[in-house]
Amino acid sequence: MKTIFLSALLLLQTGLLWAQNEAALIKAVKAKLDKVANYQASGNMSIDAAFIKAPASAITAYYKKPNRFAIKKQDGLNILPKGGVSINLSSLLGGENVTAVSAGTTVLNGAPVRIIKLLPLDDKSDVVLSTLYINEKAQLVQKAQVTTRDNGSYEMDMKYGKYAAWGLPDKVVFTFNTKEYKLPKGIAMEYDKGNSGKPQKPVDRKGTVTINYTGYSINKGVDDKVFGK
Amino acid sequence: MWQLTSIELFKIFKKPRTYISFVAIASIILLVQLALYVDGETYLSFVMQSVNETFSIEGKRLNGYFVCYTILQTLLVHVPLLIALVAGDMLAGEANMGTLRLLASKPISRSGLVLSKFAATTVYTIALLVFMAALSLGLSILLFGTSDLMVFKSDMLLILSQKDVLWRYFGAFGFAMLAMTTVASLAFLLSVFAENSIGPIISTMSIIILFTILTTMDIPLFNSLKPFLFTNHMLNWKGFFEDPVDYREVLKSAGILVAHIVLFLSVVIFVFRKKDILS
Repeated sequence: MKTIFLSALLLLQTGLLWAQNEAALIKAVKAKLDKVANYQASGNMSIDAAFIKAPASAITAYYKKPNRFAIKKQDGLNILPKGGVSINLSSLLGGENVTAVSAGTTVLNGAPVRIIKLLPLDDKSDVVLSTLYINEKAQLVQKAQVTTRDNGSYEMDMKYGKYAAWGLPDKVVFTFNTKEYKLPKGIAMEYDKGNSGKPQKPVDRKGTVTINYTGYSINKGVDDKVFGK
Repeated sequence: MWQLTSIELFKIFKKPRTYISFVAIASIILLVQLALYVDGETYLSFVMQSVNETFSIEGKRLNGYFVCYTILQTLLVHVPLLIALVAGDMLAGEANMGTLRLLASKPISRSGLVLSKFAATTVYTIALLVFMAALSLGLSILLFGTSDLMVFKSDMLLILSQKDVLWRYFGAFGFAMLAMTTVASLAFLLSVFAENSIGPIISTMSIIILFTILTTMDIPLFNSLKPFLFTNHMLNWKGFFEDPVDYREVLKSAGILVAHIVLFLSVVIFVFRKKDILS
């Protein structure tokens, strides 16, 4: 009886210790990100989705604490997956209102990473679950999988370079789910090449948005107007 | 030849019916522009239903390039009817008025007469399309400004950068001129067999309507016919709004349309040279 009690106590203590580790790691990553109050970043954005074809374009991304984020194109149309791209790491790690749970370790791009699941405590939060793959040594989030209440599931892969000290990525690949697109041929009034009868290739229901950041202007102020409403 | 063509052009532009086409085109374009200016977002949200579920598209979506594309899509189906109004009258109208025999008795070759009439019809067709381009593209740009162009296809949405659009319109209008000249040559062909212009005009309209229905209906039985319908190839002005442009397919369609023009015109010359002109 005494042995069972001691073993249970030991397990509980180990669990608490792990929980403290996750919390400490999240805190360290967040502290790095918190150094950035605002930024304006220039870069290039390309979209790869089954039913949308758009040219790669130069963009400017804006961020302001605590969770304001916008991507703007200088001229022309700005196409973004609904909801998802505006999710940024700061808002994911957001405050004390989440519970961190360890989900083990794995290797990502040749580097060992810790897997931590974040569960929001707020019932009304749009994000239901986030899984972060954190490089413990560099204290950087390499990958995030996010499940939202209204906008489906997303995945973000991040590569870091000269702005790693600020926790800001040089490249972000954002993967999202697409829905079916169909416009009746009678409305589209298309020229028929004579291959209507041929079986169509299965459509990939995943889409990606790739942003390559070329430079950041950090903590130099960002006008609220860029975020719109 | 030039003198004969000038005379034919004078005759075309002297008739009030010639201007019906210009008034009709101007009215349709202005109405579409007004409708889109007042309530274009409703139209956009209808065609963008599927896209809006996944993406948000910000910026000047309703711009001059998009308005022009919408006008072309709806109007290029109807312009053939206006072309037929003049082309169907070229020979049959003269026969009806009794001036064809007089013309044929002049010291000019019948082939030369046919070619000059067809050249004048082509000039009218080109003038109509230039007028249409000025209103649908020029005025739309003035009213709505420019931005990237959204092209809605049956299976995808293509966005073309605004810097990459204007040359496509030049190509598309050039192709449309070829397509409409094909319609003119068909009406011209039917005109040689008639003594009254109503017949060839209505016959041309009927053929275009029938073929257009077969072209737009997505039914397997009709799909096998589509490569043989010139109305299907007439739609390939849209080939200029592909990325990249499938030049092989565009040239193939252009070649088929040119072949139709040559065939119809050759038949007209052959028939007219042998024709016993009684009126």
